[in-house]
Amino acid sequence: MSKRTDLLLDLADDELFLGWRNSEWTGIAPFLEEDVAFSSIAQNEIGHARALYELAAAELGTTADELAFDRKLEDYRCAPLVQLRRLEWARTIARHWLYETADEIRLAALKASDDLEIAGIAAKIDREEAYHRMHAEMWIDRLLASEEGRARLNEAMDELWPYALGVLNDELRPELRRRAEERLGRALPEVEPVPRDVHEAELAELWQEMTMVRRSAPAGSQW
Amino acid sequence: MTADDVWAALAEIPDPEIPDLSLVDLGVIKSVTVDGPRVRVEFTPTFMGCPALERMQVEMTAAIERVGGMAEIDVVLDDSWSTDRISPAGREKLRRAGFAPPAPRPAGKLELVELQRGAFRCPYCGSTDTKLENIFGPTPCRSIRYCNACRQPFEQFKTI
Repeated sequence: MSKRTDLLLDLADDELFLGWRNSEWTGIAPFLEEDVAFSSIAQNEIGHARALYELAAAELGTTADELAFDRKLEDYRCAPLVQLRRLEWARTIARHWLYETADEIRLAALKASDDLEIAGIAAKIDREEAYHRMHAEMWIDRLLASEEGRARLNEAMDELWPYALGVLNDELRPELRRRAEERLGRALPEVEPVPRDVHEAELAELWQEMTMVRRSAPAGSQW
Repeated sequence: MTADDVWAALAEIPDPEIPDLSLVDLGVIKSVTVDGPRVRVEFTPTFMGCPALERMQVEMTAAIERVGGMAEIDVVLDDSWSTDRISPAGREKLRRAGFAPPAPRPAGKLELVELQRGAFRCPYCGSTDTKLENIFGPTPCRSIRYCNACRQPFEQFKTI
């Protein structure tokens, strides 16, 4: 595995697992608009994952589906932030904003890459992510507007903060802190990031569910 | 078989989700190169999670075979497709099908306040007295707006 395929798999695994987690709101979000929004965001994230897996697959001589579903559990590289199971609403919004903001910072760096394929795909992904960010910002405004919303959002942000830091590398973390503290109007805890190689128990559960159908079929099945 | 023959064949392929529009109207075909029987098409996908993308490639391959070519579809994954590439005819077809065509891609960052402005026109009655209901809609490419004048919700193409 090259550094390039490691990077592609970091990104693809993040988008696939977050997409899956977002889709857990389909049918049960607090109201219809959010049902539609989280389903649509999930569809976008999984589309990004597929394109990123395809780039990695071309280099590794495999396919996007094999990378998404046939790796060993311990080989997945997604950040622990996206592994956490469906969270209550304030935590869902906190994760959504933290991930989308971290992703914007990461994509901005990738758009400046001298690897034109990576710069190109990052620019394309970023166009769609702009809508996810607007949606997340709208919800942060809404939660910050009431005392209860603010309290619940702050609690969720403190809890998820070490996970959010773990999405980015050392170099990009200060920018995430700067933006998050500015947005919330307060300092966030000085904590150690939860690194990418940590696998939460929820990842194993999700992997079981996500790969169940594929594992049940003989190798080489046509879908 | 010339490149023009191939373009004409591709212009017959309806968009799988909005069949009023062809793939050429949608602007997803970046280039066509004919080299003997081989036809290379540069295809720029719309939204990356759109389930119609695979269907589009199958249909393009079949259309090229019908004019006697062997298709090679090259998927270009960069920022070169934009809703600005939807042709003027395509925009008119969208409006007639009840969808509000996308606004031009802004030079800078896309902002929520832009979407919340009333400048978007209702495809049914033409009023600009409309408001954003949901950034997201039934497919990745559309938002939901509401027209205060004719009291109809409508689907607005997202600018990308």
